[in-house]
Amino acid sequence: MSTGESGRDRDPGVLEPGTPARPQAAGRGSRLFGGRAVLISTTSTIVFLVVIAVIVALAPGSSIVGERFFSGFHLRQAIFGTPGTPSVVGAFFLNVRIFMIAEVLILALALVVAVVRSIPGPAFFPLRALAVAYTDLGRGVPLILVLYMIGFGVPGLGLQFFSSRSDVTYGIVALVLVYSAYVTEVYRAGIDSVHDSQVAAARALGLSRYKTMRFVVLPQAIRRVIPPLLNDFIGLQKDTALVSVLGSVEAARAAQIYGASQFNYASYVVAAVLFIAMTIPLARFTDHLIERDRRRRHVGAVT
Amino acid sequence: MSFKDRAAAVELDDVHKSFGPIMVLNGISLAVMPHEVVCFIGASGSGKSTLLKCVNLIEGIDSGRILVGGEEITARAVDVNRIRRRIGIVFQAFNLFPHMTVLRNITLGPVEALGQSRAEALEVAGGLLERFGLADKTNEYPDRLSGGQQQRVAIVRSLAMKPDIMLLDEVTSALDPELVAEVLNVIHELAAGGMTMLIATHEMSFARDIADRVYFLDDGGIAEQGAPDQIFTAPRHPRTKQFLQRIIAAGRL
Amino acid sequence: MDTRRIVVAAVTTGLLLASCAEEQATSPGSSGDGQQQSCATNDLPLFEPGTLTVATDDPAFPPWFEGPRRDYNGGYEGDLAAEVADRLGLPLEWVTEPFNKSYAPGQKDYDFDINQISITPERDQVVDFSDGYFNNNQGILALEGTPITDATTVEDLKGYQLGTQVGTTSLNFINTVIQPEAGTKTFDTTNDAKSALDAGQIDALVTDLVTTVYLRDFEIKGSVVVGQYPTDEQFGMLFEQGNPLGECVNKALSEIKSDGTLKKLQDKWLQDYLSVPTVTDS
Repeated sequence: MSTGESGRDRDPGVLEPGTPARPQAAGRGSRLFGGRAVLISTTSTIVFLVVIAVIVALAPGSSIVGERFFSGFHLRQAIFGTPGTPSVVGAFFLNVRIFMIAEVLILALALVVAVVRSIPGPAFFPLRALAVAYTDLGRGVPLILVLYMIGFGVPGLGLQFFSSRSDVTYGIVALVLVYSAYVTEVYRAGIDSVHDSQVAAARALGLSRYKTMRFVVLPQAIRRVIPPLLNDFIGLQKDTALVSVLGSVEAARAAQIYGASQFNYASYVVAAVLFIAMTIPLARFTDHLIERDRRRRHVGAVT
Repeated sequence: MSFKDRAAAVELDDVHKSFGPIMVLNGISLAVMPHEVVCFIGASGSGKSTLLKCVNLIEGIDSGRILVGGEEITARAVDVNRIRRRIGIVFQAFNLFPHMTVLRNITLGPVEALGQSRAEALEVAGGLLERFGLADKTNEYPDRLSGGQQQRVAIVRSLAMKPDIMLLDEVTSALDPELVAEVLNVIHELAAGGMTMLIATHEMSFARDIADRVYFLDDGGIAEQGAPDQIFTAPRHPRTKQFLQRIIAAGRL
Repeated sequence: MDTRRIVVAAVTTGLLLASCAEEQATSPGSSGDGQQQSCATNDLPLFEPGTLTVATDDPAFPPWFEGPRRDYNGGYEGDLAAEVADRLGLPLEWVTEPFNKSYAPGQKDYDFDINQISITPERDQVVDFSDGYFNNNQGILALEGTPITDATTVEDLKGYQLGTQVGTTSLNFINTVIQPEAGTKTFDTTNDAKSALDAGQIDALVTDLVTTVYLRDFEIKGSVVVGQYPTDEQFGMLFEQGNPLGECVNKALSEIKSDGTLKKLQDKWLQDYLSVPTVTDS
């Protein structure tokens, strides 16, 4: 670490950075990967699965559950659509589109608000206060209300440009406004977590506040908060479904349309699987980043 | 006492600074001439670090004036960034930027604060790294360097800005003893090259070797000042004597 | 050994859970066939004894309902339900049930739901309906001065953005009969669809004809009924599947029809809402 710890005397057995881990460290880990451990975990998993299977098979009404949720016929109809009902898979592309656009906008807006909030000096008080007010409102009002206000309210105002956008646009605006309020707090935590001494060192070089933020603080801050950021985005992926209240048919709504017309819930299963398929890669990617960051920071150290 | 000699590199004129109820600098007045090396010694909390941080405006002062190269830097409408570009500071905790390579740490200031081109900055950086024996660490990240190496990089980072004055704030206090020497050698080299330096340090023998003048700070004020030989062998002020006795007893002189 | 204990615990838990599931399977209520249900007031199988609990949505639109919320004293359906309660010899209690929950399978917290619910074969498989009490046509509502108001055929409507409440026969009608190129916008409630029309987010709203006309006359200023599309749909009162009360309500309903009461109610409440040009297929 750059703060001098690596120069200090440490406990014996603790390594200098840059040298490979010694065999003792590997010995500590073998308890997790030895043969006996594998046997126990495999056995308990199999037992668990068998018990679940027994419960499901024994439970009367399981055939109804199977028919209502997992019928192959209905699954196919939900996936491909019928003359009267839209395809759940096709509708899911709307969710993906909304998510992609919203995510980029949220990352940007939240960053701006976080930086504004950190500008010091009495002259900037109104801006800072505005940023705080926005954060409070954005986190305080339920997303569904914001969707209604923007999706039904703004078009009703009759303003030239703003009142004639598509409902998907309004939905994205609502999502961006609400989520940015949460994400900006994440950024703020990241910015706060960068030690003052880093700012001192950068300012001491004669870098302006803006350049210090841009080259020294933000790169460190953002790296640190990638896990909570991605966590918020997993939530965003699912909240895209709410945009359907404004009219457009996305996956959850398509599933509802099918369910309301056929009284079969296979469509909900299809929609759920699609959402899970979208969020799991992001969740694993987050885990990977956390792990990689941990490895980088503890290079050579015994953890 | 105010010094009328306008050729002073750094001048403090009756500077007061407090942190809340604690008066850390209690009427400090001194002048450092160009090419002079001045060491500040004293117990922890005596104000050494604060004094240095006030000179490059990291800390503000409550009253008094500080002048650098004849310009009053504590005046109202001063461009703080411009002043800081002329003063290099090295901290006890190195404070290298962990997300940048050694090279980028060094070129960031020249490129972004001095407006140099990347090529210019790379040349200067390369030269300095070579000169201080760090060329093989050019593309490493700070966490792969030893403490001594990191501190030397920190010094190079400041030097790349071609400052008029260097402030060194207990730069070896965080290092293992065997790494201290390499850093002190670098500072010796800088002194030999004529750099004006204000050094706060615990390393008494080093201070004795390198300083043109030594200031002993006690309780926010300059208890005693003078040539190193005089201070270390024949201190006049009782507090100085007390302090040095403790240092000698601890085997650090 | 630990492993053995885990297995025993797991299997025991599994059997306990399975036996619990077993008990839940016995459902309340008979399956409908068998004995004839006696329709004497004291014999009626009611959700809450001594009262006829009737559900509808909130808000409830005129001319289907009039009067204070959950205490309706008028409207075609409001009055019809009151008539039924009267003939069964019971006081009437109103409760709220969102439209989309009503026709979903499962237990109901009321005796029947009356809420412009069309009888469809799919719905009939999971709930029970009374006989029909009104022939519903689809109505199309738009803002005046918009190009869609010139449409007279289904073909004409294809190029527009239509919207309606999710789960309705109106949605099915749009998707299967009109088949608009731009798809259909769906909303949780007719209220939301109304807002969307008002805001210009959809070109036209499709719902049952009577509600369409009511919206034109009372709710959306400057709106025009583009036309009606005749269907065979009948509104029916909705019961939990297998509820024997349905028979008794049907008895009461057929009396109401045969003694002219139903016609009187239709004339009183719906007369103004039915004379609208028809949209043809091509």
